[in-house]
Amino acid sequence: MLQIKPILAALKRHKAGTVLIAMQIALTLAIVCNAIFIIHQRLDRVQRPTGMVESDLMAIQTRFVGTEETKAGPLVKADLVALRQLPGVQDVVALNSYPLRGGGWSTGVRTDPDAKNSKGHTTQYFGDEHTLPTMALKLIAGRNFRADEIVEADPQAVPDPAVIIVSKALAEKMYPEGSALGKVIYIGDSKSPSTIVGIVERLQVPWNGTWSDSFYENSLIQPVQLTSAFTNYLIRTKPGQLADVLKAAPAALVKTNRMRVIPSERGVRSFAQVREYAYKGDRGMAILMGVVCLVLLGITAAGIVGLTSFWVGQRRKQIGVRRALGATKHDILSYFLTENLLIGIAGVLIGALLAVGMNLWLVTQFEMARLSIVYVVVGVVTLLLLGQGATLAPAMRASRVSPVEATRSV
Amino acid sequence: MFAYYLQLGLRSLRKNPLLTLLMVLAIGCGVAASMTTYSVFRATSNNPIPQKSSQLYVPQIDNWGPEAQQDNKGEPPNAITYTDAINLMRDKRATRQTALFPAAMSIVPADPSMLPFRETSYAWYADAFPMFDIPFLYGHGWTADEDASHAAVAVIGKALNDKLFDGANSVGKNINLNGRDYRIVGVSAKWNPEPVFYDVINTNGFDDPIEVFIPFTRAVEVQTTTNGNNNCSKDPGKGWDAWIKSECVWLGFWAELPTTAQADAYRQYLNGYAAEQQRSGRFHWAPNTRLRNVTEWLDYQKVVPQEAKVSLLVSLGFLLICLVNTVGLLLAKFMKRASEIGVRRALGATRKEIYLQFLIEAAAIGLAGGVVGLVLTGLGVMGISLVFEPDIAKLATLDASLVLLTMLLAILATVLAAFYPTWRAAQVQPAWQLKSN
Repeated sequence: MLQIKPILAALKRHKAGTVLIAMQIALTLAIVCNAIFIIHQRLDRVQRPTGMVESDLMAIQTRFVGTEETKAGPLVKADLVALRQLPGVQDVVALNSYPLRGGGWSTGVRTDPDAKNSKGHTTQYFGDEHTLPTMALKLIAGRNFRADEIVEADPQAVPDPAVIIVSKALAEKMYPEGSALGKVIYIGDSKSPSTIVGIVERLQVPWNGTWSDSFYENSLIQPVQLTSAFTNYLIRTKPGQLADVLKAAPAALVKTNRMRVIPSERGVRSFAQVREYAYKGDRGMAILMGVVCLVLLGITAAGIVGLTSFWVGQRRKQIGVRRALGATKHDILSYFLTENLLIGIAGVLIGALLAVGMNLWLVTQFEMARLSIVYVVVGVVTLLLLGQGATLAPAMRASRVSPVEATRSV
Repeated sequence: MFAYYLQLGLRSLRKNPLLTLLMVLAIGCGVAASMTTYSVFRATSNNPIPQKSSQLYVPQIDNWGPEAQQDNKGEPPNAITYTDAINLMRDKRATRQTALFPAAMSIVPADPSMLPFRETSYAWYADAFPMFDIPFLYGHGWTADEDASHAAVAVIGKALNDKLFDGANSVGKNINLNGRDYRIVGVSAKWNPEPVFYDVINTNGFDDPIEVFIPFTRAVEVQTTTNGNNNCSKDPGKGWDAWIKSECVWLGFWAELPTTAQADAYRQYLNGYAAEQQRSGRFHWAPNTRLRNVTEWLDYQKVVPQEAKVSLLVSLGFLLICLVNTVGLLLAKFMKRASEIGVRRALGATRKEIYLQFLIEAAAIGLAGGVVGLVLTGLGVMGISLVFEPDIAKLATLDASLVLLTMLLAILATVLAAFYPTWRAAQVQPAWQLKSN
């Protein structure tokens, strides 16, 4: 029993208020849809696993001073010995980079050395046989490196490795038709093949920006111990001893060799800190958008309450007349709710168009993804419910107007 | 009259505190969100060197060819090779010029109780100091002759001078960098352009100030590796010599060209240079070069973070909704007083006076909204480090101009929102109102 006709007639007499509420609903819908979409995208990114077991894991960054840039091999070895002797340390590896660190190496890879273009893009990790146990990567095929396969190399002259370990994502990219184990790939524009001896389930690249999204799980590990003066140590501690090692490890390194720099900022970090730093912007953006959404919905609801209250106040006399003529409380309540629903529907229709339009514009400006229709539907339902909820209190008040009001002058 | 209207306005606002509070909060939130995000946008879109932003240029030379540039819409690489940098330096076609790179430098303090530490360090040419207008506390930059002789000299920043020499004049003293001694020839005063236009590629535009400068020629001689990016289109081969002769791009380059005529001439020179490289067989493609000044370069490199733009946009949308909300509420508020307006009009108030009265009332709401907005902006600026990297977050500050802007925006926006409701109020027919009562 919708009384649409009289409602429309009444709304015509309140054009300004009607348009304002509809506009507010439309704009809120457009912004909330896009904001929630951004939140969802960011959270998806934050939740990507690295492939490592991240508890009881820490990282130290160090650079030797006064050593030739590419001749720090023995110093790295001494560090590793010192770190392994620490109580609480389970395993250590010296690497050029690790997942979420931010900087690292990347290269194209081919399966045919004469191919003009590379078949895939991947990050390169250089580490010894301790890489897998320290990262606690899940080996799904093949084996780890053997100690005799590890070579020492100047970072400016890394030899092409005979054997490599790849991530599942890279393996499938290079050999989509089946198991890549035992097959070869060519790194960069090299002509000498590297045989895949192991495949790990997952290993993320060091970067987390959108530019690396197309290859974010394409990784390969080369059995190389770099002799670079700049090194990252990844340390797996025995369970529950992370806090102790975080203090003991840098002290042990300085004791081994004080001609080094361990940066005061982000030089020694638990992996939880690495992850937090890497995704700080994404998480912050999600929080910001969340706050904006909540405040926005609150303000829109408050605006609807305010204007509907005003309308109720203005129409007390008419409501009294209707009540006197036999309209029930329920009739009055449903009148205001229907009125809001009509305005709401007009608002969300325009809002849905605005939301999609805004998203299309953002896509052209900021390399964002297309808005899924689900967000619009959820937004529409949310705003219609919000409108009904906000109208409820003033509408209840209206329904309590006594028929006697009809006889009173204002 | 103004005071009387203000009094009337305040009385009316007190009459309906909930509605007033709602409007004030809405405006406060909208303004605060816009101002907080604007503070970041302002910092990141700042012109770092206004006096010279149209005189300093970055040349780009395509040494990789069209095939490697497919992903890059035909633009040349963002940095240049050692070969090209040395050639451009040799030709000296600009008033001043420098190649540069962030050098991996550690400082070894003479005091044995202090551990070695790192500071942001750059290797560049003598021209860079006058070119970037770097102020000096003591001494001066090194000379072109010292560039030519690969001299072991250095300029250090004020913070480093304070740390190592307690702020005393350290010119003539030695500093140990990466285990080698350098003679200090100058101490720079605070020089901290934001964004750091001189090396956008390696810093994304925001970094700590430079504390160590050494001659480019010296840095290359002692094989100092870059602390920045190194991009290769193909394997450079093994070792240092192969690397600096390779087509790997890792160097920044700046040329000072005071007039547009000089800039045009330099463009022609770059094309001529690329054509010469083509003739000599190094490039197998037509010259493809660019020359961008500071403003164009920062724009091209998208220094303003995407987060700053998106959040500013969202906040502006937010403010718009708050204003639409305020228009509605003000309309309700003003129209409730139709009878009061009718009486005032009947007693001789002109439409203009009604306008004035209601706009002043709105301005009072705007003022209150501005105060709330200011507090929230303060909180927002403090919380900005949640969203942005610390290098960027620290640039967002609540300074006098932002305070002023916040108040102004709040009042202006509210008065603007009040125009329609006020117009409606002024249309009230006195006779009609009086009759209906």
